[in-house]
Amino acid sequence: MTIRRGMFMAGVATLCVWTLLPIYLIAMSAFGGEPVVNAWPKSLWAASLSFSPLQAFLHISGVWLSVLYSVEAACLCMVVSILLGAPAGYALARYRFRGATLFRLFVLLTRAFPVAILALPLAVGFIRLGLYDSPIGVGLMHSVLAMPFAVLISASLFQAIPRELEEAAWVFGCSGPKAFLRVVLPLALPGISAAAIFAFVISWNEVFAASVLTVRHKTLTAYLLAVLAESPLHIQFAGGFILILPSVLFIFLVRKHLFSLWGIAGR
Amino acid sequence: MTPRVLTALSALLLAVPLTARVAAADTVFMSTQLRPIEEAQKMRDIILKDYSGKVTYVPQEPAQLPTRIQAEQQGGTHTISVIGALHGELEPLIPLNGLVPVDDLAAKLKDRGFPAGLMRLGRLGTAHQMYIPWMQATYFMVANKQALPYLPKGADLDALTYEQLAEWGAAIQAKTGKRMLGFPAGPTGLMHRFIEGFLYPSYTGGLVTTFDGAPADAMWTRFAGLWKYVNPNSTNYNFMQEPLLSGDVWVAFDHVARLLNALRQKPDDFVAFPAPSGPKGRGFMPVLAGLAIAKDAPDPQGAAALITYLTDPKTQLATATATGFFPVVKADLPADLDPGLKLAAAAIAKTETAKDAVPALLPVGLGSHGGEFDKVMLDTFQLIVLRGVKPHDALAREAPILQKVLTDSGAPCWAPDPPSTGACRVK
Amino acid sequence: MRRGALTPYLLIAPATIFLGVLFLVPLVQTVALAFHADGSLSLGNFTRMAGDINFNDAITDTFEVVLLAVPLQLALALGMAMMLRHVRRGRDIVLWIWSIPLGISDLAAGLVWLAILTDRGYLNTLLFHLGVIPGPESWLTYETPVALLIAIVIAELWRATAIVLVILAAGVQLVPKEYAEAAEVFGASSWQRFIRVTLPLLRPSIQTALILRTVLAFEMFATVLTLGGRNFPVMMSEAFNWQYSQQNYGVAAAYAVLVMAVSLGATLIYLRVLRTPAAQLP
Repeated sequence: MTIRRGMFMAGVATLCVWTLLPIYLIAMSAFGGEPVVNAWPKSLWAASLSFSPLQAFLHISGVWLSVLYSVEAACLCMVVSILLGAPAGYALARYRFRGATLFRLFVLLTRAFPVAILALPLAVGFIRLGLYDSPIGVGLMHSVLAMPFAVLISASLFQAIPRELEEAAWVFGCSGPKAFLRVVLPLALPGISAAAIFAFVISWNEVFAASVLTVRHKTLTAYLLAVLAESPLHIQFAGGFILILPSVLFIFLVRKHLFSLWGIAGR
Repeated sequence: MTPRVLTALSALLLAVPLTARVAAADTVFMSTQLRPIEEAQKMRDIILKDYSGKVTYVPQEPAQLPTRIQAEQQGGTHTISVIGALHGELEPLIPLNGLVPVDDLAAKLKDRGFPAGLMRLGRLGTAHQMYIPWMQATYFMVANKQALPYLPKGADLDALTYEQLAEWGAAIQAKTGKRMLGFPAGPTGLMHRFIEGFLYPSYTGGLVTTFDGAPADAMWTRFAGLWKYVNPNSTNYNFMQEPLLSGDVWVAFDHVARLLNALRQKPDDFVAFPAPSGPKGRGFMPVLAGLAIAKDAPDPQGAAALITYLTDPKTQLATATATGFFPVVKADLPADLDPGLKLAAAAIAKTETAKDAVPALLPVGLGSHGGEFDKVMLDTFQLIVLRGVKPHDALAREAPILQKVLTDSGAPCWAPDPPSTGACRVK
Repeated sequence: MRRGALTPYLLIAPATIFLGVLFLVPLVQTVALAFHADGSLSLGNFTRMAGDINFNDAITDTFEVVLLAVPLQLALALGMAMMLRHVRRGRDIVLWIWSIPLGISDLAAGLVWLAILTDRGYLNTLLFHLGVIPGPESWLTYETPVALLIAIVIAELWRATAIVLVILAAGVQLVPKEYAEAAEVFGASSWQRFIRVTLPLLRPSIQTALILRTVLAFEMFATVLTLGGRNFPVMMSEAFNWQYSQQNYGVAAAYAVLVMAVSLGATLIYLRVLRTPAAQLP
């Protein structure tokens, strides 16, 4: 039993290393700058760590503003996709109605179509609506991308919550909406927050639509893409590391929510 | 309820950047040049430092420039005032009605000493001055000094031929076991410019008219032979300065701006020299960038002031020192120029004054078909050199595609092809 | 049923309208663009697309990566989800570490693996110290297509397994432990319990995970471009090139329609093959 346990722990540890090691290595490349990128053979510990490639990034005018735009777009994306997506997910989970499959397919279609291509006709429409070159426009576009996640994840969440619980609440005199708010929502909330995190991250990482829909108010990724595409490798690695850092932190901050997905299992 | 929450939230989200947006009432300068992060930063920190107005410098991928201009026009919201781009990139904006003539400004700047030839190019085939020349550059080769001992006997670095380059690469491979020639054939590399402005003119004396035929056939066979000594990572290289610095490549071709870092960091390790010559001479492609004012620019006065500033001899020298793009106005390079830049300046001068020089223009008149034109060149390269298709078959396949691009765009031939009436034709 | 038949429609209406305006309209415009060439209805863009030198490679490469990466991701994520069940201490830390790639963009993931796999990268350093190779070796060139494919599959595996994991993990914790315990009482081995009990109950989660992952895999782009450059065209990179480099929106739209058709085909297959039997509907 202990040998099995040991092997099991080794497996878990291996998978952790598999996830973390590449991030550590790009951090080395980012902090090491050009000497480390060109070094051969490489050492696992950079001889001289330097912040200059990263500083070069943070000193670029407009980087911090673009972080703000990214956060704005991502928050808007999160709010819109959950507020519109979760009710639809509930409908798919709880009702059998004509057109349910059609709706499911329609939602999926949004992910099946390359968005980069859609961004162009959208740009023209956005200009007319005054949403062009604003984080609001980018956030709305990103909501389209995040919607299928919001709908499908919340659908499977609601599906997993036994209908009997809700019906029991009705028996005890709760109205439909009240039963939903009191019984179903608390159970679904951790999962929904996970879906919201998805939405945030999708928006945070999306590059191409954001590049096309903005001129001056570029989100961080769009901004980085514009400068990264033609930069030397060590700067690219620094940029890659800067892109990764917020997501690592972000997932760390919400890890309790990811974890609380497990909480329901105790029922 | 949902909409109200949404409105409240969006109001909240709007509130913060709104202040930023109001403050940003400055001249937007969009440029397809000096895009890489370090160059863009030099633009902001060094070149624009002494400018009195406020400028937002926006690097822009050249391929999307017409789209962006078109989108602004269709939408009726204008943000861009000054457009800085290559001659061939500004030209497609004319049919889009995206630029305003700058005749007045040109008259005001007359005493700057722009060469008449460059000013004429700035008319873009219209009756008006459509852009003011901004800066110029070209492509050349850089070699690591370690490679020099392997140079074929009797070869003069400044008058190298493609045959000698191939022999050189072969000698290096024979001695070191490594393929040390390099070309920028990566996704954002400028390999197509090498084919259009250097290889074809050197071997065939033309580009479009001589795209197919016996000389082209022979040229591709030779070049595929030369490629045997080229580092296979070349299809991932976008900038040759990196593999030169790391020592993965000893002899490389690229644009001056993409070689300069290597020359700057280790001026004692490298030599710079003109691209090789072929049977028809030494093809080379001079690069000219210009400054134009966008139609319905939100800040036309600021735009004119900015252009005046950027073409000032002092700014032009600062631009050269910072980026390796050379002045278009009368401005003598100072004697204490940094050694890397000196190497580059010498190589460019040797290229331009070579006795057998065959200047080749950047493709002109292709409008939005410029990308497809480049694709034909790169596809031909890919088919013959990377996939081993017979040059004859590959050229027979690509020639009709090239012709369709030219017919669709109606572009007449440009140098070194002889002038044509109507669309240029593949012979 | 106490509630009206109208309720589900009211619930899906906001999402439908939103997607209609921001997705369907530009979609219709794009599809129309794909089927128009030279000002009239035609398949010109599609013949141009199919006749391009990269078309066959783009199709083969895309399918190779999807068919290799998606099953591996599913297997790996299932394994991780089951392991997570048995982690006693520090489960939230393990889950955090395993889900980190969830937040990493495909652009950044490409850069991460580039740092490892270039000539002077960490993989070659390891191989060098193990005495496998004498010096820097190239893995990502047109001369090493198999190594390049493996590199891209590994990068995809690293980047996108997390999303499958999180969806499956959410499903796994909904499988009542009593089922497995009951099966154990009847003497089922742990492998049998997994195959007979857990897996069928996970079917809806697997379906969702597979659909999302496959659809996204057909859109892979930045990772492939960073690692493979010109040497590894995929459908999306071709669509992007036609749109932005060649500025031929017709052919780009044709590629987009093709990607959509392929993704929809895959989705329909999953919906059919993995449909939840009516008896199990809650």
